[in-house]
Amino acid sequence: MVGAQEVTGAIADPGLTSLAWIVVLLPLVSFFLITFFGKRLPAGGAWIGIGAMALCLAISLGILLHFVQGGEASEASVSWFRIGPLEFELGQLVDGLTAVMLVVVTLVSLCVQVYSLGYMHGDARFTWFYAVLSLFTGAMLDVVVANNLFQLLVGWELMGISSYLLIGHWWEEKENSNAAIKAFITTRVGDVPFMFGIFVLTVAAGTSNIGRISEVAETGEASTLLITAGALLLFGGAIGKSAQVPLHVWLPDAMAGPTPVSALIHAATMVAAGVYLVGRMFTVFVHAGDVALDTVAIVASVTMLIAALLAMIQDDIKRVLAYSTVSQLAYMVAGLSLGEAGYTPGLFHLFTHAFFKALLFLAAGSVIHAAHTNNMSEMGGLRKMMPLTFVTFSIGSAALSGIPPLAGFWSKDEIISTAFREGNYFVWAIALVTAILTAFYMMRVVLLTFFGAYRGHGHPHESPPSMTGPLALLAGLSVVVGFLGAPQLNAVFADWVHFGEEAHAEPFSYGFAAVSIIGALLGLLVGYRLYRGWRERDPVRRLGPFYTLLERKYYLDDVYLKGIVRPLQYPIPRAVDWTNQRVLDGAVNAAAWATKKLSLGVDVVDKRAVDGAVNGVAFGAGATGGLLRYIQSGNVQRYAVFLFVGVAILAIAITRF
Amino acid sequence: MSGWQESAITLAVFLPLLGAVVIAVMPKSADRLVRILGLVFTGAALVVATIMIFDFQFGAHDGLQYELDVSWISAIGARYHVGIDGISLPLFYLTFVLTFLCAVYTYRILPNPGRPKAFLALMLLLETGMAGTFIAFDLILFFVFFELVLVPMYFLIAVWGSANREYAAIKFFLYTLFGSVFMLLGFLAMFFKSEPHTFDILELQEFAMGGGFTHSIQLLIFAGVFLGFAIKVPMWPFHTWLPDAHTEAPTVGSVLLAGILLKLGTYGFVRIALPILPDAAETWAPIIGVLAVIAIVYASLACLAQRDLKRLIAFSSVGHMGFVMLGIATLTPIGINAAIFGMVAHGVITGMLFFEVGSIYDRYHTRQIAEIGGGMLQKVPALAGIFAFTAIASLGLPGLAGFIGEFMALLSAYSPAPMLSETLFRVLMVFGGIGTILTAGYFLWTLQRVNLGTLPDRWKEASLRDVTRVEWLAWAPLLVAILALGVFPRLILGTTQEAVEGILRVFGG
Repeated sequence: MVGAQEVTGAIADPGLTSLAWIVVLLPLVSFFLITFFGKRLPAGGAWIGIGAMALCLAISLGILLHFVQGGEASEASVSWFRIGPLEFELGQLVDGLTAVMLVVVTLVSLCVQVYSLGYMHGDARFTWFYAVLSLFTGAMLDVVVANNLFQLLVGWELMGISSYLLIGHWWEEKENSNAAIKAFITTRVGDVPFMFGIFVLTVAAGTSNIGRISEVAETGEASTLLITAGALLLFGGAIGKSAQVPLHVWLPDAMAGPTPVSALIHAATMVAAGVYLVGRMFTVFVHAGDVALDTVAIVASVTMLIAALLAMIQDDIKRVLAYSTVSQLAYMVAGLSLGEAGYTPGLFHLFTHAFFKALLFLAAGSVIHAAHTNNMSEMGGLRKMMPLTFVTFSIGSAALSGIPPLAGFWSKDEIISTAFREGNYFVWAIALVTAILTAFYMMRVVLLTFFGAYRGHGHPHESPPSMTGPLALLAGLSVVVGFLGAPQLNAVFADWVHFGEEAHAEPFSYGFAAVSIIGALLGLLVGYRLYRGWRERDPVRRLGPFYTLLERKYYLDDVYLKGIVRPLQYPIPRAVDWTNQRVLDGAVNAAAWATKKLSLGVDVVDKRAVDGAVNGVAFGAGATGGLLRYIQSGNVQRYAVFLFVGVAILAIAITRF
Repeated sequence: MSGWQESAITLAVFLPLLGAVVIAVMPKSADRLVRILGLVFTGAALVVATIMIFDFQFGAHDGLQYELDVSWISAIGARYHVGIDGISLPLFYLTFVLTFLCAVYTYRILPNPGRPKAFLALMLLLETGMAGTFIAFDLILFFVFFELVLVPMYFLIAVWGSANREYAAIKFFLYTLFGSVFMLLGFLAMFFKSEPHTFDILELQEFAMGGGFTHSIQLLIFAGVFLGFAIKVPMWPFHTWLPDAHTEAPTVGSVLLAGILLKLGTYGFVRIALPILPDAAETWAPIIGVLAVIAIVYASLACLAQRDLKRLIAFSSVGHMGFVMLGIATLTPIGINAAIFGMVAHGVITGMLFFEVGSIYDRYHTRQIAEIGGGMLQKVPALAGIFAFTAIASLGLPGLAGFIGEFMALLSAYSPAPMLSETLFRVLMVFGGIGTILTAGYFLWTLQRVNLGTLPDRWKEASLRDVTRVEWLAWAPLLVAILALGVFPRLILGTTQEAVEGILRVFGG
């Protein structure tokens, strides 16, 4: 990076941290290479994407190692452009949080790309798919590495367009392109307040540099009102991208995309960005008025509960997982809403969740690939036909349900117990209820999919190694990554990712852990009791009107569609177009008509005195001779003469004025 | 090299005019020769303009470069005063690039009734008018170039246009002429009310710095020039000539109309209205801001209602120019730099969109979205792919050209010049932000209806060619520019800063 300047944290040995920008650049280069040359390469250029990502993962691990060894954060940037008084930079901010996210994103992306070799085999747009996977990952990595909000927004929006392209990958079906548009527009509704938040903070700090903005928030250089406004507006972006209420509606529909894309969206990119943003800008949230974090807490609590309830009744296996993601993202956001104490737990859950959610989606993809359906009512008994998928999916489910010692247990328990310790009983109670529901619906999925008799009509069989390999890797990680946050093992995660100077890990409380475990077991048990044998009528249907409410997704989609989208699609534009044609243009045509009548009235003068002169002028003005007759066909010169005569009169008038 | 310094602009501006004359005297049968001559003259002018860029002193604070100031019509004190600064340069250069690419396109593709001789002569005449407007520093000279543009564009629409061309051409001509009259009136008033009487733009700026016109005179003059420029931009509600003109114009006409012609209006605001009439600009700024934001929201809603693809793109121009005008209305360095960036970006992107729509029409012989019926990606993947790329650039995706201008215009509305109402402009910002959502909405919906889905039966057997070689040649530079401007905003902003600061000095900034 020529001309790079160390801004802060100048330390003797930056390790590999100075290479973070390469991790961003490689996938973007890969995108262009695959787009332009992929089709001429073996395997459609997929190996470029995979190779680039493997290299990125290696560098990311090196960067993480720097922090494992107790290295310090660093920042570097080059000037990008200047506009008026504002200078914008391209830069990287590498701290423990960056390093952890780099590893998560590159690892999950690598798994997804290897997995897609098998899953997308034979797809008509295989090459393009890999190109966009690279773009998608590169955009997320830019969000992770950016040292300023403007650059972050660039990655943020590029992710938006990548998700649009990938969700709509099979665009022959209108349902899929609808889902793609819905994802883009819904998240953009959140992006507009996000953009305004960037304005507020950038103008307050005189730069969009995150470190400088945090400093301004901390030292009170800007009023609390401004910082609060900035925090709330930024959170608007997080609501959109991280699918929180009321903008969560795009995520379940995003299932229209190929399943590896779902894994990428739900684990490493896109939805993780919103939570990451709150973590990255945490100083602003902490130093904003109470209303900021209170809002975050309320949004998160509502989201986690209503999404978990929706997950309970879905028949589409991917939709269960989708709503579960919405709910788990809310867990993370809720963790962050607890203030400084919740910083590490919230982000730890972002970290662990990435592994088991990627695993669950890829395993679900394996099931769908084999059973040729998303509906669990047409599955059943698959554990015998696809044992590896079954085992890995079960590990993922247990991790998500919070069964110790798997990853999800450690991170969820931390959030729940921190909520209690911080005295936020509202968040605590809802988080606990959600934990019970989560265990319940995951048990339901496992039983409906893998147990009982096979209810479909195909011949499901285990997926190829390119697909099961990533499953095994992610399953292994889902077992072990939780220990990184285990207080009994020094909670090393907190050493990497902590707010403020010192990491302060809360002591492990067996009491709280017992509550969490009992909650999870309760959910599993109820699920087991209800679903151990297949029933024609799904037990959740017994919920009656409440079931209908859930089935209609709280009627939120209907309200948006009928209340906002359709009016904006048809009647309002038609009315606008009508005013354009009839009112605005009508006035113009009426004026023209009136002038014409007037000109006919004084035709005599016109013809004798002025017309000849005009023809002469027009000719002299250089209109190529032969074309002159066209001007004769209109009344152009007549109007022109009137206008110019008018000018002359007015000009004389104004000189006397 | 002093000779070069003084004559470069004149050479670049009048080479096309010379070309028009040369082509006009060619025999009718010399079809191929005429097309080559079109390439030669637009190409030569582009080469001159390119050399000028290499010789341009970037970051120079004051004054014009390549300046030439000689007596012209001494009876009325009009002078041939030309020069170039950081504001002129990007638009001046864009003129030569776009016209050259249009000549490349015309080398193979010409709408009915053919007649390349007349077509290219007019196009070259148009080029002189457009380029001249951006370098004129005398109001009369400016006016002559500004009006010179009308004649060739009128004929391009009236002769080579589609079904309703006569109506559209006359409407275009008269509507803009109507505005010009008031603009000229304003210019005359500037002359007579300045001490000493002058048409020189720089001298008038000096005059304004030293107190200048009284406030009431300024308001009156501003009203005049506002009408002239606002119709040209076009600002809401003076935009109704634009969809008709665009829809009927031949492809090259639409490209130049959107790419360059509209900028004559916005450029006029920046070059003339603001620095010469600063007090009136302050008074008028809120009105301009409100009209600009109405344009953004109104145009995007109108786009949602359009069934004709070309008309849709035309309306989208109105919205994008709304962002440009919003930036100008804030009277801030950020806003005006954003506006110039937006002008160039819109020229490149929308110019490209009109090329594509023209080519879609060449293949499908319809512009009705419903008749195209989707599935274009299946039939002509390259054409559909670059259409998607350009549409996505137009909806303001970061990393592509459309983003910086919109983002920075909204940012400038968040903190407008101190003398303007912060509350009002923040409200405008919010509506502008809503406009960006609607913009994304109509573009993605259009792509869904044109590009995606399965191909209707009626096109299955039709032989529709994908992008041809000459199309690639004409388009590739624009596609590269769309990416390059997004990744390196400095290409424009590195040029404009100092000149914009110069313009705003009169506001005491």
